[in-house]
This record gives sequence, C-alpha cells and structure tokens, in this order.
Amino acid sequence: MTTLPTSTEKKLGLAIDLDTCVGCHACVVSCKEWNTSNYGTPLSDEDAYGAEPHGTFLNRVHSFEAQPESGCSQTIHFPKSCLHCDDAPCVTVCPTGASYKRSEDGIVLVNEDDCMGCGLCAWACPYGARELDQLSGVMKKCTLCVDRIYNENIPEQDREPACVRSCPAGARHFGDFADPDSNVSKLVGERGGIDLMPEMGTKPVNKYLPPRLKDAPSEARLPETNKDAKGFLAWLDKALEAI
Amino acid sequence: MTNRRPEARPSPKVSDEVRKTTCYMCACRCGIDVHLQDGRVKYIEGNRDHPVNQGVLCAKGSAGIMQHYSPARLRAPLKRTGPRGSGQFEEITWDEAYEIAASWLEPIRATDPSKLAFFTGRDQSQSFTSFWAEAFGTPNYAAHGGFCSVNMAAAGIYTMGGAFWEFGQPDWDRTRLFMIFGVAEDHDSNPIKIGLGKLKKNGGRVIGVNPIRSGYNAIADDWIGITPGTDGLFILSMIHELLKAGKVDLDYLTRYTNAGFLVNDDPCDPDYGLFLRDGDGTAQVIDRATGKAAKYDAKGVRPDLAGHLRKGGVTYKPAFQLLAEKYLDPQYDAEKVAAQCGLTPERIRATAAELARVAFEEEITLDVEWTDWKGETHKTMTGRPVAFHAMRGISAHSNGFQTCRALHILQILLGSVEVPGGFRFKPPYPKPPESHPKPHAGHRPGKPLDGPHLGYPLGPEHLLLNEDGTPKRIDKAFTWENPFSAHGLMHMVISNAHAGDPYKIDTLFMYMANMAWNSTMNTSQVIDMLTDTDENGDYVIPHFIYSDAYSSETVAYADLVLPDTTYLERHDCISLLDRPICEAEAAADSIRWPVVEPDRDVKGFQSALCDLGARLGLPGFVNEDGSQKYRDYAHYMVSHERRPGVGPLAGWRGKDGDKGGRGEPNPDQIEKYIENGGFWLSHIPQNAQFYKPWNQHYQDWAVEIGLFDAAAPYVFNLYLEPLRKLQRAAEGHGDIQPPDHLREQVKSAMTPLPEWYEPFEEAVTDKDAYPLHALSQRPMHMYHSWGGQNAWLRQITGVNRLFVPRAVWEENGFAEGDDWAFVTSPHGRIKCRVARMDALNENTVWTWNAIGKKRGAWALAEDAQEATQSFLLNHLINELLPEKGDGRRWANSDPVTGQAAWFDLRVRIEKAPPGDHLAEPAHPAQASPVGVGPKDIAYGEEF
Amino acid sequence: MHPAPSVILFTSLSGLGFGLLAWLGLGLPAVTGWVAFVFYFIGYALAAGGLMISAFHLANPKNAIKSFSQWRSSWLSREAVMAVISLLVIAVHAIGTIFFSTRLPAIGALGTILALGTVFTTSMIYTQLKSVPRWNTPLTPILFQLWSLGGGGLLAGQFTAAAVLLTILGAVQVIAWKQGDAKGATGQSTIETATGLGRIGKTRLLEPPHTGENYLLKEMAFTVGRKHALKLRIIALICAVVLPVALIVAFPATHALALPVIALHIVGLLAARWLFFAEAAHVQRLYYGM
Repeated sequence: MTTLPTSTEKKLGLAIDLDTCVGCHACVVSCKEWNTSNYGTPLSDEDAYGAEPHGTFLNRVHSFEAQPESGCSQTIHFPKSCLHCDDAPCVTVCPTGASYKRSEDGIVLVNEDDCMGCGLCAWACPYGARELDQLSGVMKKCTLCVDRIYNENIPEQDREPACVRSCPAGARHFGDFADPDSNVSKLVGERGGIDLMPEMGTKPVNKYLPPRLKDAPSEARLPETNKDAKGFLAWLDKALEAI
Repeated sequence: MTNRRPEARPSPKVSDEVRKTTCYMCACRCGIDVHLQDGRVKYIEGNRDHPVNQGVLCAKGSAGIMQHYSPARLRAPLKRTGPRGSGQFEEITWDEAYEIAASWLEPIRATDPSKLAFFTGRDQSQSFTSFWAEAFGTPNYAAHGGFCSVNMAAAGIYTMGGAFWEFGQPDWDRTRLFMIFGVAEDHDSNPIKIGLGKLKKNGGRVIGVNPIRSGYNAIADDWIGITPGTDGLFILSMIHELLKAGKVDLDYLTRYTNAGFLVNDDPCDPDYGLFLRDGDGTAQVIDRATGKAAKYDAKGVRPDLAGHLRKGGVTYKPAFQLLAEKYLDPQYDAEKVAAQCGLTPERIRATAAELARVAFEEEITLDVEWTDWKGETHKTMTGRPVAFHAMRGISAHSNGFQTCRALHILQILLGSVEVPGGFRFKPPYPKPPESHPKPHAGHRPGKPLDGPHLGYPLGPEHLLLNEDGTPKRIDKAFTWENPFSAHGLMHMVISNAHAGDPYKIDTLFMYMANMAWNSTMNTSQVIDMLTDTDENGDYVIPHFIYSDAYSSETVAYADLVLPDTTYLERHDCISLLDRPICEAEAAADSIRWPVVEPDRDVKGFQSALCDLGARLGLPGFVNEDGSQKYRDYAHYMVSHERRPGVGPLAGWRGKDGDKGGRGEPNPDQIEKYIENGGFWLSHIPQNAQFYKPWNQHYQDWAVEIGLFDAAAPYVFNLYLEPLRKLQRAAEGHGDIQPPDHLREQVKSAMTPLPEWYEPFEEAVTDKDAYPLHALSQRPMHMYHSWGGQNAWLRQITGVNRLFVPRAVWEENGFAEGDDWAFVTSPHGRIKCRVARMDALNENTVWTWNAIGKKRGAWALAEDAQEATQSFLLNHLINELLPEKGDGRRWANSDPVTGQAAWFDLRVRIEKAPPGDHLAEPAHPAQASPVGVGPKDIAYGEEF
Repeated sequence: MHPAPSVILFTSLSGLGFGLLAWLGLGLPAVTGWVAFVFYFIGYALAAGGLMISAFHLANPKNAIKSFSQWRSSWLSREAVMAVISLLVIAVHAIGTIFFSTRLPAIGALGTILALGTVFTTSMIYTQLKSVPRWNTPLTPILFQLWSLGGGGLLAGQFTAAAVLLTILGAVQVIAWKQGDAKGATGQSTIETATGLGRIGKTRLLEPPHTGENYLLKEMAFTVGRKHALKLRIIALICAVVLPVALIVAFPATHALALPVIALHIVGLLAARWLFFAEAAHVQRLYYGM
C-alpha cells in the first residue's frame, strides 16, 4: 500500500556535512557504480559517447555560491539524493504500489516489478531525488543501499551506503535518526542540522550540517617587538641568551 | 495485484572474487578492491587496509569500470598509413612493431644516441624508463615534471630535502591550523581529503590561499583570494611581520638549519656570498659559548645567529642575520605589498599573527625520547601545530621556484617542519640535494650514458654544457637558461627538435603524454611542428613512436603506436626507487597486477621496453649470451637489483621472502604482494617518526631498510649557497660562466635568499591590453584528458566554461545562460562559454582543465560536446615570451628550474556577438582507429 | 513542467469526454437511439481515448494494470478506478437510451456524478502536488470541472448553459493565472530554503551537478517566455471562451455553429492546457538555479 507508515522503528538516513564536502563527486560515482549492477535494473546512460550524454544518477553534487552581507562570497558543494522523508509525497501518489516507505527502517524504495513509469512520484518530490531510467522505464532513486546495509556477504564495517563508504573527506554520515544517541543524531544536535525546504512539510530524515562561520576576522595580533633590523638584532641576542 | 516487494534485508552476493591492486585513474595510487563476476569487473571500491586511501575512493576511482571498458582502448600496434594527424593507421603485429622501432633506433644508437628523445608523461615507472634510456645511451630523457611541478620539487629538495606534492604530509592528527597555497584537488587528493575531514572533525582550521574558491578552498575557514603570481610577496611580507614581532623558533633555527652558517660579507672578495668553510669543507658558525668559529655539526656547538667574524681580512655574518636584514626591509611591509597581492594589510598581518599564535601558543609536547645526530638525547618532542601544503598554483609561475623557497622558509622560521603538528616527510625523503645524483649527459655511440640523466646540480660545474657553452640536452635542461631543471623540460622537446635547436633528432619516443593536445603549451603550433615537413617532403621530426592505452589526440600524430594496457591489466611497481606510497610514519610500496587479462593485442609499455631493450641488445636488458633478460615488467620487478639487495620492490625480499627493504631477489615476491592486498608497509619506529633529518633513530632505520647506504643528516638551507655560486659565475667568477645575454637574469633570479619578482610574462605584457590573469584547474573528478572518454565522468563535466568575476561579468554585459566570449592573449585567441563566479579574485578568470577534446579522438562522436562546446586555455599559452625587442625569444618558464609558467598567462575578454556558437579554435577531425563508442550503455545488466 | 503532448491530450480530451457524458447522464440532450449512440460514442471516444493516450506517457506500460490498486492513497489510482466505474455505470444508462429508448434517471445522475468525480480525481493529481505551487490551489479542481462541463456542454449542444459556464470559466481561469503569477514560480520556496544556505546570504548556482542533460531537467525544468505565455493566454481565452460565448449570444439556437464553436473551444482548451503544464514550475528547479 502506498499509504505511509504512521511511524517507523528506525529512521535510517544520512547527515551530510556541508562544512566538509569539497565537491569531489566521489559519492556520485560510487553510488552509480554500486547501483548500476545491484538493486533493480542498471542505471543507464544514453548517448554515452555522443553529443549529449545523459544518464541516471541517484545522487548528484550541485555547487552554490552564497554572498554574506559583508565579506567575500562562499562556495558550497551540495550533494543531494533522496531524503527518505517521513511524510514522503512520492509514496502516496504512486498508483501501482511500487513506491513504499518501510516501517522497519524508514527507507523509501521503489519495487521496480510494480512500477509503470508514470513519473508522478518524481513530480511529487520537491527535491528532484527520483529519476526515471530511460532504458528500463522504471523509476530510480536512492535505496540507502538497502542491499549493502543488511548484506551478510559484505564485511560488517562495510555495511553502509556506497556513498558513505567512499566519501574521502568523511562528509557523509549514515545512521539512525530515531536513536537520540546515534552518531547522526549527535551530529545534528551539535551542528544544528537542518531540513531542506521545510515549508514543503515532507519531514526529511536526511539532515544537512550547515557550513561553519567562515572568513571571521582573526583576533590574533602580532606584537610590535622590533621596529627595524637593528632592533631585531638586539632582541635576537637576548632571545638566544634565554634559550 | 502488486508483486512481492524486495526482501526486507536483501543480501545479494557482491561478486565471485575480490582482487586487490592499485588504482591508476590518477597519480594518487590508492588501493582498490576489484570485484569480479563471471570474469568481468563488477565493482571497484577502496581498500580499507591501504595506507594511501584507507578505504575511500574518489569519483575517478569509482568510474574505473568505464575506463577499463572504454571504447577508446587501442587494440593492437598501429602503423601510420595516412599523413600525420589524420588518424589513419593499420593494425600490425608486435613483431612488426618492434622491427620498425628497431630499424629506427639501432642506427641511432650505433652512431649518435642523442638522436633519440625519450620522454614519458604521467607514468610512475621513471626509475625503470630512465634505466632503459641510460642503457640506450641518450642524454635526452625525462618525465613530465618540467611542466608540472619541478619548482615545487626543486625548491623543496634544495631548501629542506623534501617537497610537498605527495612527498610529504601534514601531521593530520595534530595539526591545528592548515594553510594551503594554490592547491587544486588533483594530486594526493584522497589523502588530503581524508586529512581535511580529520582536521575539521578535530576542530582544526584551514586557511586557503587561491585566486579561486573551489574545492578545498570552499571549505577553508578563511579564504585569501590572492592575485596570481604574488604568493611569494605575500609570504615574504608575513615573514617580515613575524620577524618584526620576534615570532620565530630560534631554538629550531640554531639546531636544524643553516641560520648560523657564516657567509662571506665582503663584496670585493671572490667568495662573496659563499659560506666560510674549514679545511675539510665543513661550514663554520660562531659558537655562542666561545664567540669563535666552529664546525656547525660539532657536538655541543650552538651557533650565534647574529654578529660577525673577521677572518683573513674578510667579514663573515651568520646567514640568519642576512635573512633578517633582508626581510625586515620596509619594502616587505604589509602596507607596501597588500595592494599588489590583491589583499589588505590587515589581512596579511592577521594571517601572520594567526600562524604565530597557533605555532607558539598551541605548542605540542610528545613524551617521546629521541637522540639527535650530534648524540644529544631529548626527553620530548616539541611540536608547532601549523602545517602547510602547496601545489601548482604557486609553482607554475616564472617566479615559482623562489616563491616555493619563500614558503619553505616561512615553515622553517615557524619551526614547523618535521615536528609534531607540522609538515612531515614521507620516505625516501628527507634527502638533501647533496644526496641526490648529479645530472649526466655523457653519450658515446653504442654505449650507455655515463650516469643518471637527472639530478640536483650544486653549482655551475654540474651543468650539462658542451665546451662551447651549447646545451647537451635537446630540452636545454641544466643550462644557464634554467640551471636547476631537475625534472628536464618535456614541454620544450618538440619545439626544440622542430627548430633543430640545439640540434636535430631522429626519433621522438613518448609515453602517456598527450603532447599534441592538453599536455602542451600552444597546442595548435605543436600540432604544426609534428606535421611540418622539410624541403624533401619529409617530416622535420622524422620518427615519432608513441605509447598510449587509448586513442588520444597524440596517437594520431605518431608513426608507430605501441598499445598499452588499462590499469587493471598490467604489472607496475610503485617503488621506493621512484614515487612510492609511503606515509610519514611508514615506508610502503605497492604493485599493480593484471586482475583481468587483456582481450586485445596490447602490452604494458614497460614490458614492451623489456622486449625492445633486448632486441636492441641494451646492457641490462640482455643476458651474457645475448638472450632477453626480463621476460616482462613483472620479471624485472622481482629480479632487477639496483644496488646489491635493493630492487624495485622492498617487501618480502630474500629467498624466503622474510626480509624487508634489503635482501636478495625473491621470485615469489609478487605473489606475496597480492596476498597482502597489493602493497607492503613497514612502520618507522616511534622515536624516529619526527625530526627525521636530524634524528639518529631515523637515519639508522633508513640505512637498515635500504633507503640510503650511510646516514646522511643535514640541516635546512635557509640560505641556498648553490644559487649564490651561479650568481657568482654571472658576476664573472670561475671557468663556467653564463653567456652575456643571461648574466643579468642569473644575477637577479638566483638570489640565495628568495626575492619576489613580477612574473616574466606579466612584466612584458601591456596590462591595459590584457588586464586579466587566466588560470586553469583540474576538476577533482577528472585526470588530464583521461576523464573525457569516461561515460560517467563526462556527464559531470563535459562542457567547461570560463569563470569570470562579477565586476568583469557586469562590465562586459554578460548574462546568465548561453553566453560566449572571445578570450585573447598575446599568443592567440579562443572562443568559449562564460559563467559568473563571485568567490574569485577580481582580476582572474579561470576554467576546468583538459575538458576540450579534438574531434575524432577518444572514440567520442565527432559532435561530442567536448569537441564543440569545450575549450583549452593551452591555445593561449606559449612556451616563449612575447618579443621583447632584443632580438631574442625568452622562455616562458622559471629561470631557475625551467618550469613552464602556465599560470603567468594574461588575457582580455570580450562578449561574442549572438549566434550559433562553437568553441574555437576548431581543429579538423582525426579518424578514429577504434571507431566510436556505443550509443547507449546499461552497465551491470549482465550481473 | 514539460508540456508532453500525451498528457495535454489526455487531460483535455478525457475532460471533454467526461463532461459530455455528465450532461448525457442528466438527459441533456434527451436523445435516444442512433442520435444517442453518436453522442455516447463521442463521449466514450474522448474519455476512453484520452485515457489510452495517457498510456503513452508511461515508460513501462506493462504494469499499467497495477494502477487500479492504490485507490486508498493515490489520486492517480483513484482516477483510474473512477474512470472505469463511471464508464461502466454510464454504459448502463447509455444502453438504456440507445437500445431501449429508456432513461434510467437515477443511474444517469449517478453516472454524471461519477464522470465529474473522475474529472475531479484527474485534477487532484495535479492539485495535490505541493512541489508545483501553481497547481497546488483549490482553483485547479474548479477549473478542471469548468473546462469539462463547459466544453462538454458545447458537445452536448447545451449552448446557453455552456455559455454561462464558459463565462465563469474565463473569469476563474484569469483569476487562476493571476493568482499563479502572484505566487511566483516556486511559491514560498527559494534557492535559500532549498539549500538551507540562506543563513549565509543570497545564494546562486555556481555549477550544475552535471553539464549534461538529465531526466529531471527534461521533465521539470521547462520554461516559457513571459511574452509567449501572454500571447497563448489571450489565444486560449479568445478561442475557448470569448468567441464561443459571443457566437452563442449572437446567433442563439443556430446548430450550424456547433462545429466551429467546438473547434474554437478545443483550440483554446489545448492552448490553456499547454500553458497549464508549461507555466507550472517545479520547486526542484531551484537546485538548478532556475
């Protein structure tokens, strides 16, 4: 049923640290790599070596500039994938029952065997997190690597989404937001994690840790110990004596 | 009606088998776990145990599948059938290929080996390729460092016996403040990203100095959007401010640097500017205890850093005093330099203050006892948690060498090199210039070269000049134009060979260097040089052999193409003899091995060199009976000995594989590496992990493991005497002197204490006509031109645009969307797309590097966006400066090292009239010897 | 939103068809026999044909049958279910009038309610989407009803009633356009709320995630020039409302006008429906700096 569970036992998701993401696209490609040969049909690429290549990706990194009132502009790299919303509009619109939110862990999935490729769920998602694969005709989205996180064929420490596993800067954190003591809950608490487009009322599970304050003028000041070379040499002699 | 949903806890089998090897999607050398299913590559992830990447993997690494199965892979040796550049070839056998190559190379070797110019690009087997070139006997060998990083490498080696790049690293666990200069995200990238993440987690801060706020600079807590080419001035100004404040680590300077070395201060003396040395050549200092001259390295001697000493009628002063006097000059005052750097004086002073605050107020003490090279035991290790890193942004300027030197001096003054929290060397560094080889170019018919090609000259006597002063090498390395060109000058080879200056060559032999496209300055002219014919209709450069794995632009210009394998099909060693994968706390090396076998008639280039070397009968490549010595590269890796007991691979040496570092060859060595995940690692003892140049424990360990054969402690060179020796020659002393037209350049550029000067191209360019600096950076998800053929990566950046600062944007009336501009430099004009960027130095435009492709290359469709919409800045850059009017053409490179000054480019920009746009220049298409890639792909369907 | 011909045709034609069937259910016109057959044929052809065209919008139509399953939560599923039920119920009424010259008023009224209900479910597919602010308004279902009943009225030959409905439609459509314009393309959402970077300051896109196209951009980043939109709005109003109403008022009870009036109205309807999609902006475009 594409009704949403009233609550989920766990809320698995990602905390994405915008203060640490350098915009390297590692998560984008590792996601593509894992998912093209795992869950469901491949993530295909059309016109792959042609004039306008375009393919399906479940995670994409945008780059923004934000201009503070004073001081220089800031560059922010911004990875975006499905936020696994508690109030996921993509699920309730689905006419075939392909889209669903799991009551056990909150992951939003598409059962590709049921999907008719109408695209309405992608319309319903305010975040642009779903992409209709053009070759297979079914809707694709982040599965939170559901076929990794519980996978007994994978060493325990690797049972996390491919994007988290690969992120070189450690800007992506995977965990259970329903558990106040989890790594992600703590990070959100410490860093003031935020929702994207809260006005949409989707209650995203994934949180973004905002960039720390940048370009704050330094408080440090150098003492005017030596005015010139002569003063310096005098200071030097005393300083050497003190060693 | 609905189907059963996927099971709640899906647990699919990932693969049949995991094979661990080393990535080669860039030069980072990460460990990878390659998952195979049904004999095909299914998934590649980072190797968690690997010292370089600790499990993570970048976008390139994860896109390795698309590179490995790229439609652009060459399939067999190729013999040119059409004119050069046409891309018309026929496939031939390896036997035929070797026969053709030998028919060109044998006569050269028998008569004049210097007629071969053998240059390799991004390969990491330079200890092997140089071994081949040495055996052949040509002096004309180098890799690509001359247009990449030699300023950084040479300044590092000469100043402190080690450099940035991947040869050192911050003490990520302890650093509190990390300052980066001109660091793009392309080199050592996963270690730096891992480190930045760690630093951020620990609450450390990052200061980014870069005209462009992208990548690492985007997450910097402070961004200093400096004007290109002025980093040296900014650094010297900070040094000025630190000296004025007395914020330098005097104890460190007296112990570990040549700050106390006595310098001849008598301008009339022939040895003016040189060190006072005793009879056995040891530099002298004033012993503070006695006030008398003493050997700098004598036990118990603490040098004075100021004062003077008279000897033989000559006055000597400590180097540090000269340094202080120089940089305390008001010309370095923040007020004076700020505008030129595009900064405010407050910003410069505040940055210097922040460095000093963290270095001296957040001092670290480790309770680790150690003994220094003079035998003094220290109870603790003192750390200054300020670390620096720098890259091409400061080195690819014509003042890059001295800028890099200035940065190292700043590090040293703060006492933050090889200390806890600071910058640390990775083995085989530290290694002072004296311990490196000197360059050699002695060639004779049919004989090997008289020694290694490249090295670190210490004075005019080490330059590679003929008696008449002409260069011995085709690239004019180690001449007065660029005496310390430690990496050679690959970017000059084609133009010098074409001009026959200093001499003509017969065969150009290159590997993995896209010299006809993005790895060259003035691309269009290089194409002309490769295709130019003489009066007989013969090519001016008669023969061109090229090895590449893919159908790159340069392939089309070769007469003979040796097809290389992909990185998953080959053997390689990432060797301690070369550019290993060591960490600050461990020696380590690694291998590549064929995790899948090639399905084409291709061969690892190094294996091809083994075959070709044997066919030519090169010493070292044949047995005594004349038979081939190394079956292939793998055989070389396990059986070659460079010195007794020391070979390409350090792990599992000895007959039983139980020795590390030194030991006799072990035929099963590669198996051992494979069992261990593709790498070998040996930890440095705890008491040897810092202060390495002066740490007796480290020196002993390094000898034991075979990094060097005898302990070689040394001090850092604040004052660089070898440069002074060059200046002295220019002033008219000694037997080897520069030609008159270079005397002034040598005098002004080779200052033993770094000085900042305006980059050459800027100095001769009309700044009103060309008001903007133009830079390129490599995107983190691309490596040179390789990324563009990759079906996944080219979707991320298949079109590059020129980023323009807001004021310039508005002034030119650009609007968001499809906007095109003409960009003109003194050397050429291009047409490209533009985009606005606010976090950008106000006088700078920039773009992503190597996105533009030539039509027909890389198995892309001829209308690929890379060929129609994207562009290279290379077309605007020249390896020569604009005419100065003195009748000479001056090199657009650093006068010390010859590093190509890519980043000195100045341009103007104007809006292109509306219409249908294509990027310019548009080169005609080359035929593709491998066809065009498939229309659609759905990788993974078969699994 | 990308104005895909399949969706424009589907919503337009099925709306007209169900509108006509709604009138027929009320016995307006009170036709029987062959005449009834022709009316019902047109109604069914439009309603069912529209539904079939909508299948072209599906990337994986083999699973279309499953779209009847989720009526408890999904408006699209409800639409499918309602469409089938209404067509079945109306068929009973139609068979009575065509073959037995007998009207079953209760069944007919039920059919009318179901037909209009189907149009309502269609409209709710769009109305429910908070992600498309221009659609997310009570005016959307009202407009769909008016378009359906007004156009259906013309088809049913109920010119007077249709003229009244079309006049109201014209007014509501203008209000909807104005209201949509006032809302701004992305409503309350801005690039700052989308990224959370408003806390730093004014935000702009520096680089898109991929320089290539993607499904999201093709599907949801369609933009239409303001001038072009205004022109189409005028064409839509004139063709769909002004001219038909004027002709009806000027030449009352002239059946020869039926064809041109209907043709004009359909042209206007298609223009308006094209605009309905083309002018609607999806908030995810904010991530692309649009």
